[in-house]
Amino acid sequence: MGQQGKHLNSIHVSHEKHTAACETEIMAIPEAVCISMSQHIGAPCKPLVAKGDSVKVGQIIGDTDAFVSAPIHSSVSGTVKEITTMRSVAGGQDQMIVIETDGKQEVWEGVKPPVINDMNDFIAAVKASGLVGLGGASFPTHIKLNPKNLDEVDTLIVNAAECEPFITSDHRLMLENAPYIIDGILAVMKYLTISKAYIGVEENKPDAISRLNEVIKEKGHADDIKVEVLRARYPQGAERVMVYEITGKTLKAGELPAQLGIVLSNVTTIAFIGQYLKTGRPLTTKRITVDGNAVADPKNIIVPIGARIADVVAACGGYKAEPKKIIMGGPMMGRAVYSDAFPIVKNNNAILVFDGPQTLIPEETGCIKCGICTRACPFNLLPVSMVAAYERKDVDKLNQLQVMQCMECGSCSYACPAKRPLSFTHKMAKAFLKEATSK
Amino acid sequence: MDNKYHEKLVVSSAPHAVGPISTQKIMGFVLIALIPAFISGIYQFGYRAAVLTIVCVVACVVFEYLMNVILKKKQTVSDLSAVLTGVLLAFNLPAGLPYWIAIVGSFAAIVVVKQLFGGIGQNLVNPAVTARIFLFIAFATEMTTWPTARGTGVDATTSATPLGQLSMNNMDMNAVDASNLDLFLGNIGGCIGEVSALALLIGGIFLICSRIITWHIPVSFLATVAVLGLIWGGVDGMIFHLCAGGVMLGAFFCATDYVTSPTLPAGKIIFGIGCGLFTMLIRLFASYPEGVSFAILLMNILTPYIDRICESRMFPVAKKAKGGDGNEK
Repeated sequence: MGQQGKHLNSIHVSHEKHTAACETEIMAIPEAVCISMSQHIGAPCKPLVAKGDSVKVGQIIGDTDAFVSAPIHSSVSGTVKEITTMRSVAGGQDQMIVIETDGKQEVWEGVKPPVINDMNDFIAAVKASGLVGLGGASFPTHIKLNPKNLDEVDTLIVNAAECEPFITSDHRLMLENAPYIIDGILAVMKYLTISKAYIGVEENKPDAISRLNEVIKEKGHADDIKVEVLRARYPQGAERVMVYEITGKTLKAGELPAQLGIVLSNVTTIAFIGQYLKTGRPLTTKRITVDGNAVADPKNIIVPIGARIADVVAACGGYKAEPKKIIMGGPMMGRAVYSDAFPIVKNNNAILVFDGPQTLIPEETGCIKCGICTRACPFNLLPVSMVAAYERKDVDKLNQLQVMQCMECGSCSYACPAKRPLSFTHKMAKAFLKEATSK
Repeated sequence: MDNKYHEKLVVSSAPHAVGPISTQKIMGFVLIALIPAFISGIYQFGYRAAVLTIVCVVACVVFEYLMNVILKKKQTVSDLSAVLTGVLLAFNLPAGLPYWIAIVGSFAAIVVVKQLFGGIGQNLVNPAVTARIFLFIAFATEMTTWPTARGTGVDATTSATPLGQLSMNNMDMNAVDASNLDLFLGNIGGCIGEVSALALLIGGIFLICSRIITWHIPVSFLATVAVLGLIWGGVDGMIFHLCAGGVMLGAFFCATDYVTSPTLPAGKIIFGIGCGLFTMLIRLFASYPEGVSFAILLMNILTPYIDRICESRMFPVAKKAKGGDGNEK
């Protein structure tokens, strides 16, 4: 284990990995998909197709000249029905291309394995694939793999810690597609001239650990690719936690891992690189976990990007109870959506549907100053003091308490015996502080 | 959009899961941890110890309920904090105390100290400890009339506490009837819940193991008393001061009250040392035989300052936004 005996604060959350043993299924193509033009951090794409156009699988349908961006491809073959806008989960208005599928799934002529000779070809290929950080951040991968201080980067960390409850899609990926992961790692190591790679996996996935080690051995890279066994604690999969647990180095909010000589990427992102270099098929599908007490048949399923939640759930036996709350992502950091008409986007890794007590917002009681929140915070922040500072809108105090270091992992809220929405208040405080300091 | 979609789902901010620990559970754990001391109190002082405890609990809960009604606040009786205050107050009283005085004490604890400052989490000082001090000064005779413990084997209705004997005899250890073993087991006069160091130690260790409290306050409190006791009277003196009076009850159950003690580990240690220091100062030099309650009250008052000092050491005020060292510890 990376930094044996030295760990950041963490909490225990109930794992709820009900679907860990479910072999991934492939979803039948729905009647229509709805592909968002903002599926990454950065500038949204502009539609390259118009109503009535016919499109094929893998065809570029959205792109932009902006640097921080990634192209968007059609996940289906069919006809563009309309280009519309929809209120996004984050609250903005996102452009959507709605495509009526023809069921043929004809592949676009432009889809072919990339020819790569050097680093520039590699970065261009990654950009063309539409790849973004699939662990949740959705930061365009071609930028991440092209740091300014490339010569200082000597370590690749593959984040395979799936610390959110319920989600098992990365776990299934490691069991079912381990060779792609190792291929992806080798490609990144080769073109970025990185000498060592670590795959951080939690100890509650022994089958994945042994499978990865098996493939590493088969490919003869046991000396430069290491599987690091991590504690199955939350939030093990957070970037800054992962960096610390594996290298012992401390990454601050706003700093890039490259500043510490590290490139860090999610395991699904890396596996996609391995797959793309072989097939040339851009990012048009996603393996997601569908679970929750209102889903009839919870499973892991590969869905076309743009499939609506309602269609995805229908492919999992449908709702077995009236859905009251749907979360895109895990219960700790995922976003609750107001409608199941939302489409799957690139960085989705789970759809959780609940009814009953899980959907109730817990009743908040008075703070008893127990300090459990501080002991839960990976960065030893002081949630109670930050909340108090936010309530009196104290900019200096919020700065002093380093509220911007908060990554909103939700550990404090989860651990709080008084059920106070601490993490949410930090989110508000960060937005407030950003606004106050930009004036 | 089509009606086939569910459009009115519950939306809330992450996390969408809550942990298993609640205020009620925490209070429940502390109450469980007090059971050994309760049993020892009943054994030593008979049924009256049980009845007095029940009177305090009922009074505290009723006052809490009424204050919430009068102040039009959300009912907080179910969080068990008032029950705990009642138990802790009773444990700080001699078993023979008239019931009405105990009810006055409960009023002071819940109405004056807790609810008028804003209810749970808002009180500056520990309600039970402060109420005890109030009763101790206001009802000095009743509060120092100690029923004889069964374990002493003495045939008398009342007798002095070991600390009382020490204080009356110019701090002469030989004047104390009870042996250190008697003090440890609880075969001595004293308040209902404080006599048996053993029973309190069992409860305290349970609280630390179940991670309800951390070791910082009890260990630093007890260590300070131990060191000063050692200097004062060697090993015998050390054991005597650790087991006598309210030190064990105070260190594990009163000083560790989250609301009125510092949040950060360093603050907790300062707090514990302070409690030990003032306890021994009063025991050895002041005119009262015992000082645990006063020490805790004083440190309660200092808590906001201790918290502030620790906070600004952890997060120094930086002229420019600096990275700080929040990440490593």
